[in-house]
Amino acid sequence: MKVLVAVKRVIDYNVKIRVKADNTGVETANVKMSMNPFDEIAVEEAIRMKEKGAATEVIAFSAGPAQCQETIRTALAMGADRGILVQSDAELQPLAVAKLLKAVVDKEQPGLVIVGKQAIDDDSNQTGQMLAALLGWSVGTFANKLNVADGTVEVKREVDGGLENIKIKMPAVITTDLRLNEPRYASLPNIMKAKKKPIETLAPDALGVDVAPRLKTLKVEEPPKRKSGIKVKTVAELVEKLRNEAGVI
Amino acid sequence: MAVLVVAAHDGKTVRANVANAVAAAAQMGPEVHVLVAGSNAGEAAQSAAAIQGVAKVLQAEDAAYANWLAEDIAPLVVKLAPNYSHVVMAADSVGKNIAPRVAAMLDVAQVSEAIQVVSPDTFVRPIYAGNAMATVQSADKIKIVTVRPTNFKAAVGGGSAAIEQIEGTGSAGLSSFAGAELSKSERPELTSAKIVVSGGRGLQSGENFKMLETLADKLGAGLGASRAAVDAGYVPNDYQVGQTGKVVAPDLYIAIGISGAIQHLAGMKDSKTIVAINKDEEAPIFQVADYGLVGDLFQLVPELTAAIEKK
Ligand SMILES: Cc1cc2nc3c(=O)[nH]c(=O)nc-3n(C[C@H](O)[C@H](O)[C@H](O)COP(=O)(O)OP(=O)(O)OC[C@H]3O[C@@H](n4cnc5c(N)ncnc54)[C@H](O)[C@@H]3O)c2cc1C
Ligand SMILES: Cc1cc2nc3c(=O)[nH]c(=O)nc-3n(C[C@H](O)[C@H](O)[C@H](O)COP(=O)(O)OP(=O)(O)OC[C@H]3O[C@@H](n4cnc5c(N)ncnc54)[C@H](O)[C@@H]3O)c2cc1C
Repeated sequence: MKVLVAVKRVIDYNVKIRVKADNTGVETANVKMSMNPFDEIAVEEAIRMKEKGAATEVIAFSAGPAQCQETIRTALAMGADRGILVQSDAELQPLAVAKLLKAVVDKEQPGLVIVGKQAIDDDSNQTGQMLAALLGWSVGTFANKLNVADGTVEVKREVDGGLENIKIKMPAVITTDLRLNEPRYASLPNIMKAKKKPIETLAPDALGVDVAPRLKTLKVEEPPKRKSGIKVKTVAELVEKLRNEAGVI
Repeated sequence: MAVLVVAAHDGKTVRANVANAVAAAAQMGPEVHVLVAGSNAGEAAQSAAAIQGVAKVLQAEDAAYANWLAEDIAPLVVKLAPNYSHVVMAADSVGKNIAPRVAAMLDVAQVSEAIQVVSPDTFVRPIYAGNAMATVQSADKIKIVTVRPTNFKAAVGGGSAAIEQIEGTGSAGLSSFAGAELSKSERPELTSAKIVVSGGRGLQSGENFKMLETLADKLGAGLGASRAAVDAGYVPNDYQVGQTGKVVAPDLYIAIGISGAIQHLAGMKDSKTIVAINKDEEAPIFQVADYGLVGDLFQLVPELTAAIEKK
């Protein structure tokens, strides 16, 4: 069974982002970029499946500008076998990414596609669910634990009230939550080896996908700032303030 | 055209956030309908009918809807969608699971976690963990929108909408439910609690969280946590507040032993009053706190609990 994982290049989660002065978006020039953390979890899960013999090949997919090669290389260094880059400088919204993924799935016929539950830049939390819909496949979102057996996947999901178990038919799409695993760091020898692994580059047109955005971003602004507060010295002072100033207890 | 709100429920009542979703929906179109799909969902349908501003409740009975599997619910919503200008769901774990599937089946985009309805086709939504606010416009004929409940004041009760029974769409045969492990708690639910007490890695163990439970119970508060506390196994996953957990906006949020990473702030910085207790006076949490108390939580939390008791 092949496993396809999606890896998105995003601004590193440690970077304090800045809104552009012209309100068209967020400053991305000279900003540290990394693999979306949820996608590191997706790659790790796929590699573990291969190590356990449940998967035969792990393919890392990314869509975006040429620099997404680096993100794919990171996945290859972690242990993925080869990469597919759908190169585009356009703004790729979740529905477009899902359509690109579907085109690749049609070609590669994986048994599982594992994507992150959300990308930490746009915070959409849509792509995996959309891909499953386009394929007519089942989906296990917010996965906390997976067990692949006999053409089904048992998925433990993180939901509002705690955890929920579902059984889904394969082929299927999985979206990762934070507790699914702890991704490994790539070792130096593996980083070297990854340089030789193949990355295929495709264009959206060649896949027959129209990636034109459906949502138009009219503006991007700073959120309102909170007024800075005060430090209190004692618990008594805190309780007094909460009772008489804030009136919340 | 009317707006359809898809309601999550437990068979007895629709979730509290449905009233928030109805309030948001009322800003998108002239009339709001609520879909209650389930197996024995009659009482839940009645609870939806009681929300002010709901013109009609559609109740779909089907054994396949008992556990809210996306594969089974989405086709029903897709079937109804052409009669509506918008389909709205609360941005909780149910809405996030189902709405994108509906959108893709209809070949339309989805607007995730809208916090403001500017006009029927234009919405404000947070991106980058709430560090930027994007105003987005949808050109699609049917707009699929999830809304962040805490940003819309809940519609009140006392309504009496008509309930119409509609045909189910059966099971897609792709997935099945195999049980839940839900956290049991007598405390108010995190996202609707008026007061939230939250603990972080500073607590050092699950055992020490008992201290926060005592404080929470004195205040009638819900209990939350940082990702670090959840990852370390101190508390279950559904306690997590933040960018990738729950978003809360209570009247009072008390952050204890939490440093205030941007991912955590994303889930609580809309709280009316924020209190931080942390031994590190440089901790970023103090930048958003209205009242900061620097010191050892193991000493301060029992003191605080005692002081509240005294009244
Ligand atoms: C104002 C604004 C301007 C933007 N401008 C641009 C721009 O100029 N250029 C640009 O490229 N983007 C741009 N974007 C980002 C783009 O819109 C988002 O990437 C897109 O909406 C996808 O949303 P998401 O990643 O949050 O999806 P989610 O559904 O949250 O992603 C979930 C998962 O899907 C997979 N996935 C998603 N996207 C990709 C991908 N591209 N490759 C591989 N896997 C993926 C990953 O596994 C990810 O974890 C902009 C966004 C905004 C808000
Ligand atoms: C993809 C991704 C998603 C994430 N999503 C979330 C999310 O949704 N929610 C979330 O919370 N985090 C999230 N995080 C994690 C986030 O970046 C931080 O790592 C996390 O919030 C830190 O938790 P903390 O404040 O409890 O721990 P720490 O940062 O370790 O802080 C512990 C604090 O406790 C204080 N302390 C220690 N001992 C005492 C004492 N005795 N008395 C008083 N104070 C004490 C310390 O001074 C310190 O400030 C995410 C990270 C990533 C990469």
